[in-house]
Amino acid sequence: MTHPTDPTTAPGQDESTVPGRRDFLGMVTTAGTVTGLAACAIPFVESLKPQDSAAAHQPVEVDLSKLAPGQQMTTVWQGKPVFILRRTPEELARLQNAALNETLRDAQSEALQQPPYARNWHRSVVPEYGVYVGICTHLGCVPAYMPPTPAPDQTGFYACPCHGSHFDLAGRVLKGAPAPYNLPVPPYVMPTPTTLRLGENPKGETFDFSTIEQI
Amino acid sequence: MKHPETQDHTSAPAAFSGGFAGWMEQRLPIFSAFRKEYVDFPMPRNLNWLWNFGAILVVVLLLMLATGTFLAMNYTPTSAEAFFSTEAIDRQLSGGWLLRGMHVTGASLFLAALYIHLFRGLYYGSYKAPRELLWLSGLVLLVMVMGTAFAGYVLPWGQMSYWGADVMTKAVGAIPVVGSALEHVLTGGDHLGDVFLHRVFVLHFIMAFLVVGVVGLHVACVHITKSGNPLGREPKGPQDTLPFHPYYTSKDLIGLIVFAMVFSALLFFWPGLLTEPANYAPADPLHTPADIEPEWYFLPFYGLLQSVPSKFGGLLAAASAILVLFALPWLDQSPVRSARFRPACRLGLAGLVMAFILLAAVGKHHATGEWMLIGRLAGLYYFGFFLVLLPLVSRREKAQLQAASPTTSEGDA
Ligand code: HEM
Ligand code: FES
Repeated sequence: MTHPTDPTTAPGQDESTVPGRRDFLGMVTTAGTVTGLAACAIPFVESLKPQDSAAAHQPVEVDLSKLAPGQQMTTVWQGKPVFILRRTPEELARLQNAALNETLRDAQSEALQQPPYARNWHRSVVPEYGVYVGICTHLGCVPAYMPPTPAPDQTGFYACPCHGSHFDLAGRVLKGAPAPYNLPVPPYVMPTPTTLRLGENPKGETFDFSTIEQI
Repeated sequence: MKHPETQDHTSAPAAFSGGFAGWMEQRLPIFSAFRKEYVDFPMPRNLNWLWNFGAILVVVLLLMLATGTFLAMNYTPTSAEAFFSTEAIDRQLSGGWLLRGMHVTGASLFLAALYIHLFRGLYYGSYKAPRELLWLSGLVLLVMVMGTAFAGYVLPWGQMSYWGADVMTKAVGAIPVVGSALEHVLTGGDHLGDVFLHRVFVLHFIMAFLVVGVVGLHVACVHITKSGNPLGREPKGPQDTLPFHPYYTSKDLIGLIVFAMVFSALLFFWPGLLTEPANYAPADPLHTPADIEPEWYFLPFYGLLQSVPSKFGGLLAAASAILVLFALPWLDQSPVRSARFRPACRLGLAGLVMAFILLAAVGKHHATGEWMLIGRLAGLYYFGFFLVLLPLVSRREKAQLQAASPTTSEGDA
């Protein structure tokens, strides 16, 4: 079978002896096609970039004037549930009970699960109010608040419905449960004794919530 | 230089005897099938640039599916949110403007390429034996693509989307007997709202994926009958053919590059040519925009619709303009395929293209006054060409051929 003589080969030359030019063209074509396809992929990949809306990062103001001692409320900050609880003096006393602290995994809040200004025995800015991101550090379920039973010497706690992790009223995880860390404390300030602003640090503090150990 | 013998397919499997390819060959011979159909496949050596459009259509179809999938991830099919989610794609989603731009430009150029592809078949008689199924599957594709394009145009839920959908559903309602029931099912309620929009959304991408299946059939047909060529004579042997690779892979690639340049020019420099400003206003069921007209690729049919002074008649005329193409393989009995050798047919085809363009102009200017007259004449010519002119010309050609050489066999002149 004959074909027209290849115009890229000089007469008398066999293709096999001058492979350079044709190979080069083939490589340039392949490289060009691959580059073009890669370039076309850019808008597709770009569109998959997570879209964090700026609005979600605005501080959230919470009014605490309706919260009675012993009550807890849930609010939303950056799409996450945030527990705010007003602890009674008895409950606060229990948080400092050394014997009970023995049952906690991280009683001294050594893991970075709170801003420096909340790294204290009550894990909050003022002892009365505890503020915790309500996401279990095991696999992310929302723990339920268990109010104290009427029996004497009882206290409330948080129990995760998924795999049974327990947290005390300072958000500290109990030993013997799957959750590895205490509940995170979000950055917040209290502009007045009964208002709370989530997502804003007190003056002079620069805590970045995304640096915590684990949500 | 040496090339594989194009007709020598039987020896191809020998190349896949060892290793993984050999193992596959015993079980599912996709490698040798690929070599047979896309490497050694014998192509007529005299194809011109009009044979580039099939490959172009395949690539644009893939681009539409890819961009469409990514748009669907960011689109909300409710009458309250559709418009704003489309705007958010344009303005907020990273790369979203480009994805939407490609999808919109792609839709227009897909239809443009389809028209050219179809005209190629018309001009070179590619609808004749043995390629009737190829032609018919192509027409099914045309109808499906038109439906998909129309459904897609409704999705942004702008003024043109809404009123286009309104006119379309009312037109369906004009069908005698079943019309109003059909319209009610289509709209899914007594007004165009969430139910309708959601249905259109599902229809839009279901049809797009069905098109892929029919393209598979269509391309399978090409590989059975092999490509036609501008002379309309089947290749007599290997001396008339070239292997698909590298000859037509490189030619297709060049066609694609030129097409991509036109595509980019429209997308980046003249986006206004293909988009309708009125569709950048949200749908308002209480106010019809002043100049409501469909996308350019529907204009000829819209012109026909308007030129017929009857609600259902107009609809019938517009639908028949496509339906008549299905009968073409049987309307044109001439054994000569290519219009190159059919002077009367060539002249008639030039008139057909003129009539098609005139009908588009009528669609744009609304069929009133002299446009009404032009629309009716053009419409008459359009149908006259297929139903009268072509059968007559082909009968005369057949008689002449028989007279010239009574022994000429049919089908391959
Ligand atoms: C989704 C749309 C379509 C795609 C992807 C498509 C694809 C192709 C491809 C890849 C080929 C072979 C290459 C070529 O000849 O250009 C081809 C050939 C052909 N197509 Fe289509 N096509 C489409 C729609 C149509 C339409 C609407 C028609 C006309 C009714 C049509 C009629 C034909 C014919 C007659 C041939 C064979 C032409 C010849 O070789 O003489 N196709 N098509
Ligand atoms: S998610 Fe809370 S215990 Fe597993």
